[in-house]
Amino acid sequence: MIPAPFRYHRATSLEDALDALAEPDAKALAGGMSLLPLLKLRIGRPELVVDLGRLDLAGIERANGSLEIGALTTWDALSRAEELRGGGLDAIADCAAGIGDLQVRNRGTIGGGLAHADPAADLPAVAVALGLELVVRSANGERTIPACDFFQGPFATALSDGELVTAVRVSTPPTGSGSAYVKVEHPASGFALAGAAALVTPAGDVRIGITGVGGAPALVHGEDELVELEVYGDRFAGEEYRRHLARVVVRRALERARSRAERSSG
Amino acid sequence: MPDRERVGLVVNGEPRLVEVEPRTLLVHALRDGLGLTGTHVGCDTSQCGACTVLVDGKAVKSCTLLALQAEGSEVTTIEGIADEAGLHPVQQAFVEHHGLQCGFCTPGMILTALDLLSRDPDPDERTIRHALRGNLCRCTGYQPIVESVRAAAEALR
Ligand SMILES: Cc1cc2nc3c(=O)[nH]c(=O)nc-3n(C[C@H](O)[C@H](O)[C@H](O)COP(=O)(O)OP(=O)(O)OC[C@H]3O[C@@H](n4cnc5c(N)ncnc54)[C@H](O)[C@@H]3O)c2cc1C
Ligand code: FES
Ligand code: FES
Repeated sequence: MIPAPFRYHRATSLEDALDALAEPDAKALAGGMSLLPLLKLRIGRPELVVDLGRLDLAGIERANGSLEIGALTTWDALSRAEELRGGGLDAIADCAAGIGDLQVRNRGTIGGGLAHADPAADLPAVAVALGLELVVRSANGERTIPACDFFQGPFATALSDGELVTAVRVSTPPTGSGSAYVKVEHPASGFALAGAAALVTPAGDVRIGITGVGGAPALVHGEDELVELEVYGDRFAGEEYRRHLARVVVRRALERARSRAERSSG
Repeated sequence: MPDRERVGLVVNGEPRLVEVEPRTLLVHALRDGLGLTGTHVGCDTSQCGACTVLVDGKAVKSCTLLALQAEGSEVTTIEGIADEAGLHPVQQAFVEHHGLQCGFCTPGMILTALDLLSRDPDPDERTIRHALRGNLCRCTGYQPIVESVRAAAEALR
């Protein structure tokens, strides 16, 4: 399978990328782990592919009270990042380590994963549970979008045409917090049939993000809210079974987050 | 027809130029452009890992990467790992431990194993199985592959 013809531009700077993406029918390419399969199936047929791969947008930086993860940081880098271990942020590394396979984690990026907004993707659950913020750039300047406003449905986000995610901002949870991500995965694809990220704080706040069960990630604040969760069924997991899986992953994620919180508060 | 352009890659240690279209996938540049047919195409849908090569030391599925994305990179294929002295220790371990039957998945298995062993010289069985998750084998049942990788790790240490 070979993609339909397109022109290729390797962006040399963020400004250059934004310029190129101003063209109608241009598509950004990060790790290519979602885009290239779509182009090969010819579900996508852009005129121009703008390769972000050489931009200096990978890596994790500490700012006051928060971390900024560059949009091109790979799943592999996230799964091994010391900065994301302990301190209530383990859910990010849990999630990154469980994505697809080694080859996919070597190429796939956090920015691409969020922008793609696959309803069965893992990170959206973590993004809403930890309250991540997306830093977004366009020709008109920069804005930040909270994860809870970012996901609007299957493969639909709050990004406008020509906008790029440049970084993901993570505010550090209060000392003594714990978080975890747990999924039951589709045995062939690795995507979540149901996945849950839980964050618990010493003050007793609970935030749970759930993916794989609806068009966009859901945010709930306790297991009792799961009765109201909207769940869809398909040939891999019917509605009732998927709802059951959602309960199971939520409980496991909460248990793991709580035990991490206990350990971190010593 | 979009223009063809030349892409420069360092393949198995040698600088090479290949003519590609923007849409040309790395696997086709290697197989059809450079005649390196040891890199296989199994599924062509990013699932099976038969097309795995190392790009700058990291295992990637070359059916899911444009040749142009790899421009300037070091690419290692199965043809590039043996030397005058003989097979690479990972290849040798696959021979000795029956890590292959038909051999179709083997190049991808070996290159993924090389990425794993470059990070973890002493992986346990679970780690090996997790690392090889993106490589499918229809023949062996995986057990001898896991044993081959463990033996290779020992040989390399
Ligand atoms: C075999 C396989 C298994 C997988 N398993 C899982 C899994 O278990 N869980 C999971 O969550 N995911 C899985 N994935 C998807 C994977 O996580 C992708 O890496 C991710 O969805 C997309 O990231 P990317 O960098 O490859 O983006 P690309 O494929 O390059 O781009 C995806 C989309 O995002 C846009 N985009 C990319 N970067 C930006 C940016 N900075 N700003 C704005 N738009 C941008 C592109 O234009 C495109 O529309 C799997 C993929 C494969 C091939
Ligand atoms: S041919 Fe590339 S993953 Fe199967
Ligand atoms: S040996 Fe035949 S597919 Fe693995």
